[in-house]
Amino acid sequence: MHTATHTDVQHGTHEHGHEDIGFWRKYIFSTDHKVIGIQYGITSLAFLFLGFMLMLAMRWQIAKPGEPIPFFGPILAQIFGDVAAKGIISADLYNTFGAMHGTIMVFLAVVPLGFAAFGNYVVPLQIGAPDMAFPRVNMASFWAFFIGCVVMFASFFIPSGAAQFGWTSYSPGATTTPGDGQTYWLVAMILLITSSLLGAVNFIATIIQLRAPGMTWFRLPFFCWAQFVTAFLLLLAFPPLETAGLMQLMDKVLGTSFFLPTGLFVGGNPADISGGGSPLLWQHLFWFLGHPEVYVLILPAIGMVTEILANSTRKPIWGYKSMVYAVLVLGFISFIVWAHHMYLTGMGTKISTFFQATTMIISIPSVVLLTCLFMSLWGGSLRFHTHTLFALAFLPMFGIGGLTGLPLGFNFSDILLHDSYYVIAHFHYVVAPGTIFGLFAGVYYWYPKMTGRKMNETLGRIHFWLSLVFMNLVFMPMFAQGMAGMSRRMSDGGATYAESDGILGLSAATIQSNTAISHAAFALALAQIPFIINFFWSIKKGEKITSDNPWESTTLEWQTPTPPPHGNFEKPIEVFRGPYEYSVPGHPGDFVPQNEPHKKN
Amino acid sequence: MDIPFTTKARPDTGLYNAKLGIWLFLASEVMLFGAFFSAYILLRVGADPGAWAHGLMNVPIGTFNTFVLILSSVTVVMAWAALKAHNYSLYRNCMVITIACALGFLVVKSFEYAEKFRHYEVWMKDGTRMTGHIDYQDGAVKKHAYLWNTKTLSKKKIESIAFTPDAPNEWMPGQYYPPMTKEQLEHVKKHDGKGDHHHEAITIKSADIQRLSAFVPAHSTFFAIYFTMTALHGLHVLGGAIVLSYFLFRGRKMWQADPDHLTNRVEVGGLFWHFVDLVWIFLFPIMYIL
Repeated sequence: MHTATHTDVQHGTHEHGHEDIGFWRKYIFSTDHKVIGIQYGITSLAFLFLGFMLMLAMRWQIAKPGEPIPFFGPILAQIFGDVAAKGIISADLYNTFGAMHGTIMVFLAVVPLGFAAFGNYVVPLQIGAPDMAFPRVNMASFWAFFIGCVVMFASFFIPSGAAQFGWTSYSPGATTTPGDGQTYWLVAMILLITSSLLGAVNFIATIIQLRAPGMTWFRLPFFCWAQFVTAFLLLLAFPPLETAGLMQLMDKVLGTSFFLPTGLFVGGNPADISGGGSPLLWQHLFWFLGHPEVYVLILPAIGMVTEILANSTRKPIWGYKSMVYAVLVLGFISFIVWAHHMYLTGMGTKISTFFQATTMIISIPSVVLLTCLFMSLWGGSLRFHTHTLFALAFLPMFGIGGLTGLPLGFNFSDILLHDSYYVIAHFHYVVAPGTIFGLFAGVYYWYPKMTGRKMNETLGRIHFWLSLVFMNLVFMPMFAQGMAGMSRRMSDGGATYAESDGILGLSAATIQSNTAISHAAFALALAQIPFIINFFWSIKKGEKITSDNPWESTTLEWQTPTPPPHGNFEKPIEVFRGPYEYSVPGHPGDFVPQNEPHKKN
Repeated sequence: MDIPFTTKARPDTGLYNAKLGIWLFLASEVMLFGAFFSAYILLRVGADPGAWAHGLMNVPIGTFNTFVLILSSVTVVMAWAALKAHNYSLYRNCMVITIACALGFLVVKSFEYAEKFRHYEVWMKDGTRMTGHIDYQDGAVKKHAYLWNTKTLSKKKIESIAFTPDAPNEWMPGQYYPPMTKEQLEHVKKHDGKGDHHHEAITIKSADIQRLSAFVPAHSTFFAIYFTMTALHGLHVLGGAIVLSYFLFRGRKMWQADPDHLTNRVEVGGLFWHFVDLVWIFLFPIMYIL
């Protein structure tokens, strides 16, 4: 019976979809939140791939400094000229790749994928809305993002090359480095910030205004709560970076000295500037965004994992309300922890102590979230799909990332670990095996809603197990390297600082582990091939789903036709239940959709 | 497909979508300008002694502009109230005044900018500094120099400049080149700000100049933040004026199609307009007076 209704529905959808709007309005300049979500998804996955490739080039250089890259080397030499002569990555190009890897991964890949792509596609469906509150603003948001991406990408090909000064772009270095790379970076960032601002306004307004009748705040799926808090972080934390970006742009283009101190020398000569600026100001403004940004990266992933675990364990989330309160507290406190990135700037012990205290406090709601998710597994009868595996792996990986952050939050231990590979390992555990596993879970989970077909389970499992193993082989040794004193931005993998007769330095074992890590990174790249094949192959050849609700889920996005038509719901929808009514005692079947009315007694 | 609550308020929140949207947008704007104001405080507190260019703004003009914006804030509310009272012609008149005020503000501001671009500070190699104007001969015509800096001197191969110094001000008292006698100082003070407020031009050799800069963003952190903040504010004024003009010129059509929708739009545009005025209310004292 399910099958029959489904085909009817899909047929009807098709007729509707073609209603007097052409190809351009339907797929390119669309105001439909689902199309925009997919546009964000495709763009950000492409940049995820690019960011990963940059990292591979860097890993080669770290493991084998001064040796040409096989196969890709000549291509790089062709594109970048002198800085990649003979396919060898120079220190300048290494810096460029480092800066752009960070920038692309954070601003062009993970945030747009987690927040914008999944948020756009899933949130209006989950709250029972026909679209976002401001569909045209939504479209403007995507196009501002896209132009920002184009500018950022174009900066690779200008004569002076792209930005070189890290994703944090600290002044004065970022300002005084010759070339226009930084200018492109700033212009692109201002576009990206504008985009996320429009998106954030839209998300908040949508969640507040367009919830279906009966969708009270505590019937909201946790994913929507996570997106709601994320949107507030973007709304309020991003503008100060826009301020900082405008000021650095002024420094770069009009020769002001916002971030350039008095008496600055560049290349041995006094700089022709007024001076009087403050390098510390940039760091404050940057990290005021930079820290909430960490939660912008992680919260959508936690939201997805929550949805998927509830669905896979077939039981309600343990402590749903605690999680909601925790995520609200987390969002609030994330605004007052930023200077723990700046213990080494000499801003003063009193300030350090304050931010150390708030940093410890913010670990409490994080632990509440993770604990609730672990407890949710208790007594569940798990259905092991690929998305379940990724969601489960998210928990310990995020746990490792979080716990290894504590020594960085205390200023006495941070002084030793700051700017070392330990930091790299720590935050990558949060965002790579953490957030990105969450995002993979989301892709596998919602793929049938978007395409009408499931992704292949076998390929999915190969992808999962290889990724899990190699992720850990990449990042676990970095903790040891960092504690051995290896600094994070060296283009030769620390060879310059190697221990030699009677001179203290990096031990041979520390430097040799570079090679092992790089091999694991290349293997990790190979492990993504099954995913890429699966992703494209399944669009046409994947197993067709026989119901609109293939995972037997309670939330509203599965109560729409597949894929949902413009306007989403076929008839007005009303909500009667909480988000995770799985295995309700006395109820036939093990799940009750949110829009199923209570039986009248 | 219709989005719910575009004109009617949602019962449990009491808001229509755009009203919530504009308040959220304004919240982010508060953070944007808030970061600028914080930067202002940090830069000012950290400025080297004598480096915070102070007292160089034209206070009467600034005050005038402040009242222009306050007036426009009043008329934009009246425009909205007129729509609520179904008085379209009053709405139109109020909107015309609002937009005229916006444009007036921008015109005055651009004259202020131009004035700064031909006002200079020169740092001498002997450590003295002074502010004033530079004139040069272009054929038979005497012209004000605009936007010169140290590089201009070498690029144009100028050996000396005719510099008309200002009177000493509270920002850098008594810094004069060449050092003046008491009588000269008195003379300058007496004539400053009263008609012919410049005393005679002095000739300065380019070789004696350490640095020359008009009052442009690169002059000092004060002018950097002054120009950045006022320009960003000016862009907001311009953006607001464009949106309000749209409501004015397309207003009749919108009014006939859906009066409530136009009223709401004017309310939302008005909220933005008040915010833009409010930013100026903070900018004026910190840039002109304090």
